[in-house]
Amino acid sequence: MFEATAQNRRNLKVEGLFRLLFLWMTCMLILPVALILGVLIVRGGPAISWEFLFTQPLNNMTAGGILPALVGTVWLVVVALIASVPVGVAAALYLSEYAPDNRLTRAINLAIINLAGVPSIVHALFGLGAFVIFFRFGTSILAASLTLAVMTLPVVIVATRESLQTVPLAFREACWNMGATRWQTIRKIVLPNSISGILTGVILEVSRTSGETAPIMFTGAAFFLPFLPQGVLDQTMAMSLHLFVISTQVPDVPEHMPFGVALVLISMVLAMNGISIAFRVYLRGRKKW
Amino acid sequence: MPETAHAADRRDAAWWVDRAVQILVLAGGLSAIVFIAGIFVFITREGAGFVFDRFDFREFFGSPRWTPTSSHNPTYGALALIAGTASVTGLAMVVSVPFSLGAAIYIGEFATGRVRETLKVLVELLAAIPSVVWGFIGLSIMNPLIIQVFDVPVGLNVLNAGVILGLMAAPIMTTIAEDALKAVPDTYREAAEAMGATRWQVTFKVVLPAARNGLVAATLLGVGRGFGETMAVLMASGHSINLPTSPFDSVRALTATIAAELGETAAGSDHYGALFTLGIFLFLVTFAINFAADVFVRGGQRKHRRRGRRPAASANP
Repeated sequence: MFEATAQNRRNLKVEGLFRLLFLWMTCMLILPVALILGVLIVRGGPAISWEFLFTQPLNNMTAGGILPALVGTVWLVVVALIASVPVGVAAALYLSEYAPDNRLTRAINLAIINLAGVPSIVHALFGLGAFVIFFRFGTSILAASLTLAVMTLPVVIVATRESLQTVPLAFREACWNMGATRWQTIRKIVLPNSISGILTGVILEVSRTSGETAPIMFTGAAFFLPFLPQGVLDQTMAMSLHLFVISTQVPDVPEHMPFGVALVLISMVLAMNGISIAFRVYLRGRKKW
Repeated sequence: MPETAHAADRRDAAWWVDRAVQILVLAGGLSAIVFIAGIFVFITREGAGFVFDRFDFREFFGSPRWTPTSSHNPTYGALALIAGTASVTGLAMVVSVPFSLGAAIYIGEFATGRVRETLKVLVELLAAIPSVVWGFIGLSIMNPLIIQVFDVPVGLNVLNAGVILGLMAAPIMTTIAEDALKAVPDTYREAAEAMGATRWQVTFKVVLPAARNGLVAATLLGVGRGFGETMAVLMASGHSINLPTSPFDSVRALTATIAAELGETAAGSDHYGALFTLGIFLFLVTFAINFAADVFVRGGQRKHRRRGRRPAASANP
């Protein structure tokens, strides 16, 4: 009675074939990138040294290091975080802890999706029109970072909201029953239980922010500045723009240099993402509920 | 005031703090709306002069001649730029939609345990590679490869940018498509399996039709991503104005035009306004795409909430 019929066998064969097809498709997405990473490492690896990372560019950027670009990227990321994390966490708290299911909430969610979906070059135009021209920050770290902050706000909001929602409702109810206000509940129960998830979101934002190029091109990043920024109203070099400049705009750059810059940039970004993912896996394993 | 206060009235410090916080977080939530409105207002503010004085609908959408720097007769025809963006995005979708959906099906329906987690992490890492690095890959790895393989003089063309863009858009499409598959209630799968369906039959006959809206949304978001991508397209597409007739033609995209030319224009000039007008156009199109995707996602979720309820068992997870 339970013997496989011809029909069963055919079904299983088809199943096996499709399984292989989909596995192949998945690999086709991942393998090219692995190959590309390999090429970057092989061709960019030799360029990397302490000297490359920590000296000024020389001879119209055809020699020397990338120090001002590295430092500039750190400036941009830190200022962008200072601006966007408080706003993003507040927005996530509203959406997760307060928002009723109404039209306003839906509009906020739609706005978040759109902030994430608007092309980066449009964010650049916005940054130029709003921060550089209207608010008179000039082309500066402040203007560039605020542009980046607006652009990456959805990353913080979405990660924080997800993290807040993993805290079981029962925790909150227990606290409310003790007579605590909503804010007391959030501060003593919800935030402590989700702070690490929020951190992974912030790390993810660091990674996104440090790789963006278009939004900072016209708002505060300079092609070449042989000194380090002194404050938020200075212009600065940045890793991402530096890669663009030396691979397309400057003649006679020795081949290993753009590969080196690309390798450093992608290592920074992937390391940040890796930390964020590892942190998340660790937290999931440690969860008490 | 004290004599009228009711015993249950708790307007103490904690109450006021709670109020203040409530207003603060509401402001945080509203900021998203303020920013998206701000983006529209500020790019329109800079582009308005051009739109009202110089903008010619027929020229903008009908002429392939984009010569803003011409001294005697500057023209602002965006047709070639739109064609450039469309061809690159179109090729990217041809490359990446089948692979992304296939990968999503494998990760969501076939892979289990550790393999599944690893693949998800890898896909997430792919999404993290910055667009300027992708552009550099197009320029320095894909370019010589295309010249060698297809024996063409220039490797910076629709094919190059399309493949790069396809690889870039694939992770986000895979992730969203997988979410859509996950949103299909297990009761559907169980019902089909109880009828003796193999996993493939379950996927093809039950899960995919049920997740259709979400899959459409995933594709739309991929299109939106390709449409708005700037640096990679700028570096890999060849950046020359063309109405493409083959994948080996160099083209120029809307986004790339803004990125390449904005630095050289004087604020307030026609050219400057024209670039902001391109920005307004990009904003409106991506807004429409995202809105449509959102409608599809919501439609899908509602359907499952209605039909996918499991009696009693899932009420208490």
